[in-house]
Amino acid sequence: MASRRGLSGARWHPLEALPWLFALAVPFLFPGYAGLGVQVLIAVLFVLSLDLVLGYAGIVTLGHAAFFGVGAYTVGLLSVRAGWNEPISGLVFAALAAAALGWAVGRLILRFHGLAVLMLTLAAALLLQEAGNSAAAITGGHDGLTGITIAPILGRFENDLFGMHYYAYSLVVVFVAFVVLRRIVHSPFGRSLVGIRENRDRMTALGADVVGRLVRAHTFGAALAGVAGGLYAQYNAFVTLNLLGFERSGTALVMLVLGGTGRLYGAIVGVPLYMLLEDRLAKISPGFWSFGIGLLLIVVVLFFRGGLVASMQALVRRPHGGGHDAGVVEKIRGQREPER
Amino acid sequence: MSAALASIVFDGTAYAMVLFVLSVGLSVTMGLMNVVNLAHGAFAMLGGYVVVAAMSRFGMPFYGALATAVVALAAASALLERLLYARLYRAGELDQVVASIGVIFAASALLVFLFGPTPQTVQLPEHLRGTVEIGGRAVPAYRLFVIAVGFGLFAALRLGIERTRIGAQLRAAVDNRHMAVSVGVNVRRLFTLVFSLGGALSALGGGLAIEVLGMGPGFATQYLVLFLIVVAIGGLGSVRGTFAASLVLGIVDTGGKYLFPAAGGFLIYALTMGLLLWRPQGLMGRAAR
Repeated sequence: MASRRGLSGARWHPLEALPWLFALAVPFLFPGYAGLGVQVLIAVLFVLSLDLVLGYAGIVTLGHAAFFGVGAYTVGLLSVRAGWNEPISGLVFAALAAAALGWAVGRLILRFHGLAVLMLTLAAALLLQEAGNSAAAITGGHDGLTGITIAPILGRFENDLFGMHYYAYSLVVVFVAFVVLRRIVHSPFGRSLVGIRENRDRMTALGADVVGRLVRAHTFGAALAGVAGGLYAQYNAFVTLNLLGFERSGTALVMLVLGGTGRLYGAIVGVPLYMLLEDRLAKISPGFWSFGIGLLLIVVVLFFRGGLVASMQALVRRPHGGGHDAGVVEKIRGQREPER
Repeated sequence: MSAALASIVFDGTAYAMVLFVLSVGLSVTMGLMNVVNLAHGAFAMLGGYVVVAAMSRFGMPFYGALATAVVALAAASALLERLLYARLYRAGELDQVVASIGVIFAASALLVFLFGPTPQTVQLPEHLRGTVEIGGRAVPAYRLFVIAVGFGLFAALRLGIERTRIGAQLRAAVDNRHMAVSVGVNVRRLFTLVFSLGGALSALGGGLAIEVLGMGPGFATQYLVLFLIVVAIGGLGSVRGTFAASLVLGIVDTGGKYLFPAAGGFLIYALTMGLLLWRPQGLMGRAAR
């Protein structure tokens, strides 16, 4: 099963080395772009964490940026208020803080489904943002938190002008996170998440602890988002409450859907493509860019469900191919007749 | 103290009525069709811009411009329902969310292209400017007008839903769509009609909101959260619920801003979380299926 299905199986497919080899080559091919590269890697990690929560576990969240923000503020506050500058332990703390919050929020809201979850995730993120603003004495409020200093990575590598060190550091972090995520989604636990996404009632009937599993997935997704936020704070040395906002959650959603949900490589293809296009096109004409991306989203939803990666797989694999998830998505569509 | 309270209730109610007009169409379309239409605010924004353009470029009076916007957006939403939303009824929430975000992006970019990025204003007619004397207190005439429109619309919608044939079909389809189809309701036509009505109402809301919330190309995203909160708290498909939720949120938010300005939006988000955890289906929504 694993070997035949390639990308969606548990065994690594040779093609999967491509994006990583490309990422390794980027600083040599485009030396001026390492800085943008770091931002892309951070976004990839954030969108990967969203893919676990939304793509695999099927939790449609509009507030995932809250955990990114908590990770970023954990690193920022540790540095500014406690003088703790060591980067790798900083990421660990960021992950722990975001995971704790992700667990608490998950426990509170994942009992529900549908619109209530959508709204509660949004409300939780906004609430956190407002709380951050109220505690301006600590967080700096809407002006942001300045004066973050980060010690050299491993005691040796400073944040250099060209962003090379941080590029390498971020790439390692993203790769490690990806390997862990990949193991999770192909584990029985990951499979059961897909089961819950497909048919919650049936999983309950089978005896699965649906809410408990969703909470675990949410906690883990939050932790990874926290790591992404921590990286962001370390690289940019500046955090603001905008990091928690609806716009960041929405953009991540857009990038994930363009690439394809529930397949990990959707994030890896979608994010760099979106950010590179944005970098190029938004400079020429911001209006044209947002009009184009708007139309593109509608077109993707109407004609290319499953995003870019699914379309590429379908091209490679012919009729009944399209990756197992595409078939699965069609099945859900058929089921989602209003139940009243 | 009582003067402060009175002004909180009055201003809060005016604000609440704008929220009601803006959100009620969304509540009914979401309740009927199960579509998470995040772009409802974009319809309101387009309606607001039609009002602005009709007044400033074609010299129409305020009421005429409002009517033009209502008609224009009713037609535009009927078209969009046929072309886009009808294909999303069976899709998952995620696809609906993403497609409607696409509509917001495209609409905002279009408006920036046509009108530039700056906020727009309108010149209200003489009798809506200034204040009116009520019970020895001077109140802003425009807020009074908005409150009257809100209550009038609420009464009209309640009557329409309770007493007309379309209203009965609508209630039947929200309650049990399959049964409605079985007894011969043309649900497809009903959907287009209701969606078009939702667009018309959002345009009215957008027109009214120019003077209350402001109108710029960021309107759709800026207030999206607020509409969604009203709809979620009120309960999908419930006109009464949307009305009640608008009043609660409008007055609490206004009160919070007057009494505890430092807290910002904290109060309404906390209220939202609390209410939704207590009743995830909303105040007047039907119990979880």
